[in-house]
Amino acid sequence: MTFDQWMLAFHVLAAFALVSGSTLFWVLVVAVRRIDTPDDTLRLGPVARVGNAAIGIGMGGTILLGVYLAFALDGYAIWDGWIIAALVLWLIGAALGRQVGEAYAAGPKKALELKAAGQTGPSAELLALNRTSRGVLFHALTTLVLLLIIIDMIWKPGA
Amino acid sequence: MSVLAAVRPDDWNFPLFVHVIGAMILVAGLVTGASALAFARGDAKMLRLGFWALMLVSFPGWVIMRLGAEWIYSREGWNHVKSSLQPDWLGIGFIIADAGGLILVITLILGGIGVRRLQAGKGAGLLKAVLVLSLLLLAAYVVAVWAMAGKPG
Repeated sequence: MTFDQWMLAFHVLAAFALVSGSTLFWVLVVAVRRIDTPDDTLRLGPVARVGNAAIGIGMGGTILLGVYLAFALDGYAIWDGWIIAALVLWLIGAALGRQVGEAYAAGPKKALELKAAGQTGPSAELLALNRTSRGVLFHALTTLVLLLIIIDMIWKPGA
Repeated sequence: MSVLAAVRPDDWNFPLFVHVIGAMILVAGLVTGASALAFARGDAKMLRLGFWALMLVSFPGWVIMRLGAEWIYSREGWNHVKSSLQPDWLGIGFIIADAGGLILVITLILGGIGVRRLQAGKGAGLLKAVLVLSLLLLAAYVVAVWAMAGKPG
């Protein structure tokens, strides 16, 4: 395998990490909708951290290796329409993802406050934060952007 | 380099898309399921979450990936090429996909029994085995993705 084949393989693996992180958060989005206690909310924290790590590796790996490949491979150029589209979608996805993170950070924050105050029972306020419709909307939009990037990468319109 | 930069015929794209999306869902389910099982620390809700992530995400992903694989395999004309002349990456992909599918089914059966035992208060030993199998599957599918993308041989 050549160096560029390795880079392509890592680029694709980074894309898998990104989709894995996004899917993991969909599972958590569904799971957290029934959770109204601080302990159960905080118990999802380590799993969410795996999702964050996967998304971090995925975002970094796809952009760095993708830009490298655009320069390294014959037949591709960084100013190709489909590559520019992918870069723009990546930036939009990053901005939307940040919104998702902010929306879902409110639940664990409230859970910590409740726990510190000695309230370990069910909380309607915590349940409402865990069921954030803003978070669901932004996560759906982020997923749509991810799907568009995958479509762009496979069809390579204009290439 | 020219192989890496090749643009596929248009009618290969959709079967490839189905194959890739299925593989991504499969891997995502394994990451999610294994994470929930690994961090459950005996918590029944988390153990169930891990099992159901494997059942409802990974397994459908495997089915979509495998259907897509067969579709793109025939669309690219590999079914008309002797297996001895087929490239290594194709063989690696098929072996891992099929053996992995069998192990996934075994994992899900063990997980289903494990969840039932958990409900009956009989411990989570089987679900620990499910975690180990999930991690093994994840490692194997990472190798498969590497082979499919890098195309060694």
